[in-house]
Amino acid sequence: MTIHEYASRNDDAFTSSTKVAPMTNSAPAPALSFSGVSMVFPDGTHALGETSFDVRPGEFVTVVGPSGCGKSTLLRIASGLNKATTGTVTVDRAHLGYVFQDPTLLQWRNVQRNVELMAELEGIGKAERQSRALEAIELVGLKGFENKYPKQLSGGMKMRASLARSLVLEPKVFLFDEPFGAVDEITRERLNDEVISLFQRKGFAGLFITHSISEAVFLSTRVVVMSARPGRIIADFPVPFDYPRSPEIRFDAAFAALSGEISHALRDAHA
Amino acid sequence: MSLNVSVAADEPIVDPGAPASSDRSGFEWSRVIGPAAVLVIFVALWHYMHSDGMRRFFDKPGFLLPAPETVINDAFLNSLARSKLLTGLGWTTLVALTGLLITIVVGVSLAVMMAQAKWVERSTYPYLVALQAIPILSIVPVINSVFGGGISSRLFVCVMISIFPIVTNTLFGLTSADVGQHDLFTLRGASRRTRLFKLQLPSAMPAIFTGFRISAGLSVIGAVVGEQFFRKGSKPGIGIVMENYRQKGIYPQTYGGLILAAGLGIAMFLVFGWISKRVVGHWHESARKTT
Ligand SMILES: Nc1ncnc2c1ncn2[C@@H]1O[C@H](COP(=O)(O)OP(=O)(O)OP(=O)(O)O)[C@@H](O)[C@H]1O
Ligand SMILES: [Mg+2]
Repeated sequence: MTIHEYASRNDDAFTSSTKVAPMTNSAPAPALSFSGVSMVFPDGTHALGETSFDVRPGEFVTVVGPSGCGKSTLLRIASGLNKATTGTVTVDRAHLGYVFQDPTLLQWRNVQRNVELMAELEGIGKAERQSRALEAIELVGLKGFENKYPKQLSGGMKMRASLARSLVLEPKVFLFDEPFGAVDEITRERLNDEVISLFQRKGFAGLFITHSISEAVFLSTRVVVMSARPGRIIADFPVPFDYPRSPEIRFDAAFAALSGEISHALRDAHA
Repeated sequence: MSLNVSVAADEPIVDPGAPASSDRSGFEWSRVIGPAAVLVIFVALWHYMHSDGMRRFFDKPGFLLPAPETVINDAFLNSLARSKLLTGLGWTTLVALTGLLITIVVGVSLAVMMAQAKWVERSTYPYLVALQAIPILSIVPVINSVFGGGISSRLFVCVMISIFPIVTNTLFGLTSADVGQHDLFTLRGASRRTRLFKLQLPSAMPAIFTGFRISAGLSVIGAVVGEQFFRKGSKPGIGIVMENYRQKGIYPQTYGGLILAAGLGIAMFLVFGWISKRVVGHWHESARKTT
């Protein structure tokens, strides 16, 4: 497994002064680790305060926080799309899934070819990527729609295709940036069920962003609350429910209690 | 094996086997009636101008604008005139098509270079704009010396007149992919080349075809203008045939040539519209709404 220091991948323009975090042999190494990461944009916007936390294999961590507190920035730094001002990120970028808020499908490719894209860019051979794409399409419930073009799909279906596109890289770490913000409540719940079944089946470590507390609690093993900009972590709640999670747990008293606590923490975050 | 029990049950959209709802095959009367009505009005007006209008409004004889039926009779039903005009049309078509092909190759390549490096765009764009404003007449001697006054000179005029829309539309298209799509490519460390061929060029296709269509019409104009000035090699195009008739005062044939030249422009436009529909119609939203 290759460990990339952040921003080691894309460009030479990014001259990084940071070091690769040392691997420890004791506890299972985190799948994704932020250490002292902060971000100030060139225009002076202090988007992200100093942030350190790990996502271990088998964990599904959801981040909630006020709008503009730097959540997307955090994921962009994790993926290497942005370079942090300070700190290091440790993650295996060869097996990184990243679902954006918008499906960002290529309009001129059908579902099958869209799902193949990431594997294609990674240089995976045609036969291999086709079979991976077929499997991923089936997993997200788009079987039968392989030859449809994005303009023929509903918002939820586009999101499924976007999920499948990341799955073909067999991610060990999966980043989700508010992926279901634009679909209706029921569709969102269905897609949540699917994220959970993918999580169980594929065993990736998840880092998920949402504005919905119920979505956060339903999906995660841990919910992290961030403060207003510049965001930093102000609370960290373990979620005690076992997987697989039935949609019914949303009506559970313990679920409501935990949601209440997170809601309080978020209120403080806004203050 | 699927984990997903309720397969896409949340979105009762389309049966995957069903043909795409956008593949409309019904005949649309509105597409025919509109243009036909305009044609009828136009021809009627034309006829009126010939019989009365020229004299009444401009105090000029009607024969300067021969009646539509005279044009058809003298230019198209008369076999000698017809064959002269059609041969001319052939040469003009050849020049226009070849010119367009050169324009497409040069224009698209230039736009690709401009999209790759801002300095190329900055240093060439003003001259492309200027190129449009140059009266061909003023540089005839230069073109003559460089290209020899024959077909190549005509091709040069063709390219000169028609290159701008291809460059601007292609350039616009190449920058039309959204940031999120670019991010996807950045995530996997895609090279410039990969980005160009798998992202920028495909997403530019609708705009590129728009450029082709506009330039197709201009290239006909370029071919006609070019042959006025560069007659060497005795391959008289439709413009020259028309000019010869006009000098002899034979107006019906002159107008016949005009109709043919206009028809050529329309044909080129339609052909590119059709190709565009074939190439991008299945994914591009508006390709089926226009032309
Ligand atoms: N490229 C940029 N240049 C300057 N400022 C930026 C840039 N990108 C983001 N910002 C700013 O950084 C801050 C954090 O942005 P970010 O997108 O990470 O917020 P967020 O927590 O994801 O918000 P939301 O919940 O609304 O999506 C915002 O104030 C934003 O305006
Ligand atoms: Mg965001």
